[in-house]
Parts: sequence; C-alpha cells; structure tokens
Amino acid sequence: MNTISPPAFDAIEQGSSLWHDAWLRLRKNKLALLGGAVLLFMIVIALLTPWIAPYSYEAQNLDLGASPPSAAHWLGTDIFGRDLLTQVMYGGRISLAVGFIATAVALLIGVTWGAIAGYVGGRVDAIMMRLVDILYALPFMIFIVLLMVVFGRNILLLFLAIGAVEWLTMARIMRSQVQSLRQQEFVEAAVSVGLSPATIIRKHIVPNALGPIIVYTTLTIPSVMLLEAFLSFLGLGIQPPATSWGLLISYGAETMEEYPWLLIFPGCALTLTLFSLNFLGDGLRDALDVRGSKD
Amino acid sequence: MSLLKVDHLSVSFVTRNGTNQAVDDVSFSVEPRQITAIIGESGSGKSVSCYAMLGLVPSPPGRIDGGNAVFQGQDLLSLSESELRAIRGRDIAMIFQDPMTCLNPFMRIGDQLIEPLTLHRGLDKKSAQARASELLDEVGIRDPQGAMRAFPHEFSGGMRQRVMIAMALINEPKLLIADEPTTALDVTIQAQILKLIAELQHKRDIGVLLISHDLAVVSDIADHIVVMEQGKVVEQGRPQAIFDNAQHPYTQKLLAAIPSGQKTGGAIKADPLIRIDHLKTWFTPNDGAEPVKAVDDVSLEIHRGEVLGLVGESGSGKSTLGRSLLRLVPLTGGQIDFDGTTLSALQGKPLKQFRHRMQMIFQDPYASLNPRMTVYDTLAEPLLLHNLVSKAGLDLAIRELMDNVGLAQAFVRKYPHEFSGGQRQRIAIGRALATRPEFIVADEPVSALDVTIQAQILDLLADLTKEYGLTMLFISHDLAVIRQIADRIAVMYHGKLVEEGSTAQVFDSPSADYTRSLLAAIPGAHAA
Repeated sequence: MNTISPPAFDAIEQGSSLWHDAWLRLRKNKLALLGGAVLLFMIVIALLTPWIAPYSYEAQNLDLGASPPSAAHWLGTDIFGRDLLTQVMYGGRISLAVGFIATAVALLIGVTWGAIAGYVGGRVDAIMMRLVDILYALPFMIFIVLLMVVFGRNILLLFLAIGAVEWLTMARIMRSQVQSLRQQEFVEAAVSVGLSPATIIRKHIVPNALGPIIVYTTLTIPSVMLLEAFLSFLGLGIQPPATSWGLLISYGAETMEEYPWLLIFPGCALTLTLFSLNFLGDGLRDALDVRGSKD
Repeated sequence: MSLLKVDHLSVSFVTRNGTNQAVDDVSFSVEPRQITAIIGESGSGKSVSCYAMLGLVPSPPGRIDGGNAVFQGQDLLSLSESELRAIRGRDIAMIFQDPMTCLNPFMRIGDQLIEPLTLHRGLDKKSAQARASELLDEVGIRDPQGAMRAFPHEFSGGMRQRVMIAMALINEPKLLIADEPTTALDVTIQAQILKLIAELQHKRDIGVLLISHDLAVVSDIADHIVVMEQGKVVEQGRPQAIFDNAQHPYTQKLLAAIPSGQKTGGAIKADPLIRIDHLKTWFTPNDGAEPVKAVDDVSLEIHRGEVLGLVGESGSGKSTLGRSLLRLVPLTGGQIDFDGTTLSALQGKPLKQFRHRMQMIFQDPYASLNPRMTVYDTLAEPLLLHNLVSKAGLDLAIRELMDNVGLAQAFVRKYPHEFSGGQRQRIAIGRALATRPEFIVADEPVSALDVTIQAQILDLLADLTKEYGLTMLFISHDLAVIRQIADRIAVMYHGKLVEEGSTAQVFDSPSADYTRSLLAAIPGAHAA
C-alpha cells in the first residue's frame, strides 16, 4: 500500500461543487444575467419605495386630473391627479410580495409534502397524492373567487389562496424527483450506513432534487404575479386604496382610449418583470441541468 | 484487396475546454471474410473512429482532421451525407450494445423487419414476410412465425440482439460493424451471440468489425486485433501473436489485467459469521400478480474471514440476496444470524445501530456517491453517525481511510464528478470501511470499470480484506473475477442456490448442469 505523507493544508485541492459549476454556466448566459439584474433592480426599488417615491401615495390633485408624462410627473397622473410613478412603485411592492410570498408558501408545503410522499411510498404516498389529485380537480379559479367572496378581500388570504393552489405542482415535481433519487445507490448506501429517514431526506435527497425545484420556482413567481393581476383585474384581488400592477392595469384599461399612459406604464412594469423572471428561469434550467456537466 | 482500409484517420472534438484529439492517426484494415476487432478502454477512441468514417459523429463538436477510409474503392470521408446514407443502410450495417433502444417498442418484430424489406428492396408484402421469417431463422430464433407477432419487450436481451442482427442482414451488407454487441448480455448468452456472429461471417462471406473493451471476448473469434489507447493504435496483429508476444506496454498491461489464476491461501476454518436459514425475499407487484421469488429458500453459511463468491446471471437473485443480508429490502421468510444475533428479527433503532458492522460496495461508482458531497463529507458521515471518532480525530481518521484505499489526501475537498470511475470506486470502498465493519457485501464492484482499473480495484479489495480482517460476499457475473478473489463459491439460478463449494472444487468438478454451462461460456478460455 502506497502511503502519502499528510500534505500541509494549502496543498489540498479545492473541489468545484455542482452549484459552483452551475454558476459558471449561468454566468455565460447574458440574457439570464440581464434578467437577474432587472429583477434585482425591481426588488430594490420595491423595498425602498416609501423613502424614494416622488409623491405621497394618497396625494390627489383633482385640479390637475389625468395629465400625460411631464417633468413634474414622469409617468403622468391618473384621473384623480395622483402621480403614476408613485402608484406603479407602490403597486410593484404588492405584486412582487404576492409573487414571492405565495411562491414561498407553495415551495414550503409542496417540497415537504412531495418529499415525504415520494420517500415513504406505499399507502402513505397513495393517500397524500390522491389528496393532491382531488385538489387539482377543483376548479381553482372558482375556489379562489369563493374564498374572496366569503372571507372578504384580504391580502393575507390572497397569499394563502394562491399558495394553496400552486403547491400542488411543486409537490408532484418533488415527488417524482424523490422517487427516482431513492432508487439511487447513494441513498441505499446512506440507509446501510444507518442514517434515519429524516437525515437521508435532508442531506441526500433534497440537495439533489433542488435543481428542478429552483427552476420551477422561478417560473412559478411570474405565474403567481399574473394570477394576482388577473384577480385584481376582475376586482377580486387587492382592495383599493392599496394597489398592484394588476389593479393599475385594470383601471388603465377602462380609460385606455383617452389616457393610454395609464395602461402602458403599469403594463410595461409587469411585462418587464415577467420577462426577467422567465429569462432567469430558462438560464437556471440550462445551468442546473446536470446531464450537461462534465462527467 | 481490403474491404475497408482506414488510413491516417484523425478526429478531434472541439469543446469549450479545448480541443480533444479523440482519434489520432489511426490506420487499420478489414479484410473480406475476416473478423477484425478493435480493443480499447472507454475513451480510447475505438467507437469514434468507426462512427467518424460513417459520418455518425455530430459536427460540431466533432471534426475530421484528416485521413481516408476506403470502402470498396470509395473514400467514405469524401462522400456527401446522402451518398453515405445509401452506403450505411446497404453495404455497411451496424449493431449496437443495447438492442432495446434500437427497436421501436410499439411495433411488432415482424413489422419492423418487413418495413425495410418492402421499402428498400421492393418486395411485396407476402415475400417480405417470408424473407423476414427466413432471416429470423438464420439468426437462430426458434419460432420465427411467433416471434414476428411479438413486441420487443416480450424478448430477452439475447433474443433482441438476434433480432437486431437479423435487421442488419436485411440489405445483405458486405461489412457488419458490431459495437460492444454483447456487453449488456449475460455470459452464457454472450457466448451464443459471439458464435452466431462468427457463423454468419463465415456463411455469408462478410467482413466484420467488432468493437469491444474485452480482450478475452474477442480473442475467441477475431482474426485480427487492433489495440487502441488514447486515440492511437498501439499494436495490431493476429490474436495468437498478440497473446504470445505482445510488444507494446499497454497491450501487456491489458493482458495482465485479464483476471486469471486462483486465490491461494490456506483453508479457512469453518467458523460461520453469518448463517442464512431458508431465506425468502419475494417482491409482490402492486397489481396483485404472482410474487417474484427473487430469493427463494436459500440456506448458506458465510465463514469468518473468507471471501464467498456469489455467481449468477442477471435476474438470478444474487443482488437481492446481498441486499437481504444487509436488511436493505424487506424479507419474506427465513432467518439470518449474524455472529449470534438474529439479524432478521432486528427492527428500528437496534437495527440502525447494528448497521455499522456490515456495509456494502455498489456496482456503479457514478450512482453510489452523493454528487453534492465532498469526499470529506462522504467519509465523515458514517464516522460521526456511529460516534466512531471524536470531532478532533475526524481529520486524521479520514486521512487514514484515504491512504488505505489509495487516494491522494489532496483530493479530500473534491466532489465525485471530478474523479474517474476507479477513483470513485475507491471513495465508495473507503465509505464502506469507515465504520470498521466485519462484513462487506460487494455487489459487482468492478464490472463498471475498465479492465486495467478492474485489476487494481481487485488487488485493493484483496489487500483490504486481509488488513481489516473482513468477511466478504463478492457478487459477480464474471467467473474469472470470482476465481481470482474468492475462497468459496456459491452459484445462484432463478432465486435458488444450485451449487456451493470451494473455488477449486466448483471450477474443477462442478456438480450442477447450470454451473457447467457457465464455465463453458467463459470467454477467452483458450487464451488464459
């Protein structure tokens, strides 16, 4: 047996983890990076809005009325003479919050649910996944509309309702990932080492299943934001005087012939954010695709 | 005149990590009515050189840098894609390693044969049917009429490979290229398919180009052997010349790596560490059909300090037996005693605590390591779980393990994908040894590895069993490997134990018919 004398610590070659490799691949995807940058910009603006908004959110100027973009009001004003830029900034806060928080709710429930069902298998899996099937079968738009009608229009309820619908797909993706991973020999090796199921799920299964989950998450956020916009457009989402991009688009659409800027600017903000998320999601999907890595 | 003459062929792959010279100035020829074999390990360029001359290497990233490949007076490399396509289908036919992926699972075998016959050869439906039936008969399928009505999944791997060969013969090719045609098959089936290829070559007067990683396999049927290493031809000649008088160091290394010889050493005292009593492991399908009796009423003893070789073909239940011993699959009946403890009765926490006394080494080192954990984390996990070392002693224990399995300590922070197959298997062996187990199940630990690496890992395992005083169940389909490492041999067939005895006994005077047919199928018997 050849023995190697212990090297000094600086002789240890640092490995490159799959996450690091994925980052190197993502870094080459200019469109995805641009998407990430735009998204970051939107988030920063949303966080800082109360301090940097040019006007007060509620300040009306009924004398001014709806005015086109000008030096004083970059994006113009609405029919009550409120500054549209301020409105779009505050609306973005709500839209992004709905997108991220509802997706986080879906992620938490879906990943846990899918991981348990996939790992335990058998009867537990059958019962858990039939429940998912039943919820899938419910016409979810009617479900949300009913919630809103019965409990009133409440932003917390909106988070919950959207999250409750979106976790279903997340659970299915996670379950199929876990099912294929638990057949892998390294999971069997972990069992034979004597690890508990909870540790195996946490240390060996979830990290390997995260790639598709991250990708799906970045693609869920825009669909959630779109759902919120749709509900607000129908008058079931955000309650005025609070606003969101969906609500602004809804008002803008009513007056689009006289005051087109009321539709165009909120629409641009929403579209730009959705594009960024989709580009980032696509880039992540390519970057995290382990089959493409050096093997 | 040669049927195919390849001259100074060079192929490279341009990737983002630079240019990789896959085939470097390779020359060889295939004579009519002869079998030429190209031998090499994975990455030696043996497949690429054949695919390149048929225009089957995607470009980019592939690029043909030079040379020519003259087939019947035409340089294949200068032909257009459509001209090549005509030659590929008609004069040069190919068969591949995995017949299942090459057959359409939704079409009956008969229809898959009849379609090209009517399309390319202009036969009417009736005579196409007759011709298809003749072809199936020629490749040794017993009931051609019944086979034509079957779907591919109803056939075994060997039968599917026969169908693939029949399809390759449809257009009466002059040259048959077989890329690892028997690698996915059991050893007895492998012998039959090789015999079939040799017979067809003889009867039909065609040239055969056989690509393989296994020198023993081709030595039985090849007329000419080309040895490739890292894109270069290092040696070629008649098999007898290669075996008796190999010139190049790499060929000598390949020859030396063919598992041969028998483990020597004193008889081991019959002191059972593990006693298996009427063990049954059945799998019941979800639809309530008959259970699959993977392990059916097996009784066996494994003695302390011995290496017991467990032999059988795929589906014989040998892997399931190993996993049953480690309690990785639910048992159906019977009893397992491990050093006085009734292992089969343990559940929950006592079972988990018992697990460090027995470990497993898996077949596929690409699947048996968590790709997101460094070597350090992989080796630390069992050590910490069973409180075998203190936090302070962890670094030292891991260094010692890496030394013992022959891995440089500098690699400790690297991830599995940064290692070669052999190195990964060393990591997996290190993980299995970390808990200082008494018993190890090694499930085909070398069958996914190249032959020279295989020899190194076998040596390592033999050393470690001595050093750690291990008892081992060594599962393999390869009798030559088993013979080299095992003290005793058990043979399984269809879930049952058909033979058990010392290695010498089983090889010299096998008692079961099945064992005899296994021994007869060992490739390269005359070469060893």
